[in-house]
Amino acid sequence: MIFLELFGVFFLIGLFTFGGGYAMIPLIEAQVVSRGWMEVSQLYDFIAVSEVTPGPFAINIATFIGSSQAGFFGAFCATLGVVLPAFIVIILLASVLAKFSNSKYIKGAVNGVKPIIIALISSTVILLMVKSFFFGGNSLTSPFIIDRTTIALFVIIFIFTLIYKKVTKKNFNTILLLILSGIFGMIVF
Amino acid sequence: MAMKEKLKNILVLFYTFFKIGLFTFGGGYAMVGIIQNNIVEKKKWIKQDEFFEILVIAESTPGPISVNVATYVGYKVAGIVGSIFSTFGLVLPSLLIIYVISLFFDEFLALEIVNKAFKGIKVGVMVLLITTIIKLAKQMKRDAYFYIVMSIALIIMITFSIFIPDFTWISLILIGIGLALGIINTAIANHHQKEKIK
Repeated sequence: MIFLELFGVFFLIGLFTFGGGYAMIPLIEAQVVSRGWMEVSQLYDFIAVSEVTPGPFAINIATFIGSSQAGFFGAFCATLGVVLPAFIVIILLASVLAKFSNSKYIKGAVNGVKPIIIALISSTVILLMVKSFFFGGNSLTSPFIIDRTTIALFVIIFIFTLIYKKVTKKNFNTILLLILSGIFGMIVF
Repeated sequence: MAMKEKLKNILVLFYTFFKIGLFTFGGGYAMVGIIQNNIVEKKKWIKQDEFFEILVIAESTPGPISVNVATYVGYKVAGIVGSIFSTFGLVLPSLLIIYVISLFFDEFLALEIVNKAFKGIKVGVMVLLITTIIKLAKQMKRDAYFYIVMSIALIIMITFSIFIPDFTWISLILIGIGLALGIINTAIANHHQKEKIK
């Protein structure tokens, strides 16, 4: 039955993917192609749209594939499958961790890992910038093109948020910032 | 009263994560900025240190980071029911939007204006992430350990992304090393303290 199959496949994908949605692409490709659900090229169209539409990538791609195979309920089953492992693991951890979080060693371990977290987020944004500014938003192996519009837009928005912060002592509303960026995008690109 | 309060919290959880789901583009870290602003600073549902703990846990447990974070925050604020509603809120925008798109997939891809808006939003996400990184780093103890470990980890991450992009375990390995270093630091500090008492 296709609903159970979708749920099962995405449950496994959710269970074996660590650290963010992109890590799951190879797993998805292997499953989807071997089951004859779609061609690789169609999958990559789905991946591209999942990257640019709102929402976590993993949820988007699961919904997409589920919907293409079995309509809305298929999308629901695939999404439930990809979410459930993370949900269960976190609930278990949260109930256990509450008991130990005052331990000196747990605090020390979290302190030790803080610079790593900063490095992980920094590398994400650095790569995102390099790809968007110099490689047309594609991988680092694609042709080198300097995208002046994107760079200019970035500088303008960045300086605007800095000035706003200086003047009002508050951060500019995040959601509003993204909506404005979208509107600017429609105008300048 | 307590019941009413709980119900209100659950609704706010659902609404907040619905917003996050609606405005998070791309990978999980894009949402770090929105969560930092909404959940930690505005709503004060979790403390700054707890947020770091959640990021560490999310990075080292299976599944999408955003789902991990939504589940954890929901659980902290309002137990299992809270975690169900925050996760459901996070997922719902994707489910609806992608379902509608999948009905008109080819027409959607052809829409130039959609592409342009998405490109603009991506730039907004970069700015948001940079301000978040600065904010997070400001709240940390920035000693020699911080700068050395961060620079080395950053160089390793970027090198791997360029040369071996498929090796996604590297972030998990780095986190493991960070945890181990933290525990060793604590043990050494402990030892010194005992020496002094003697």
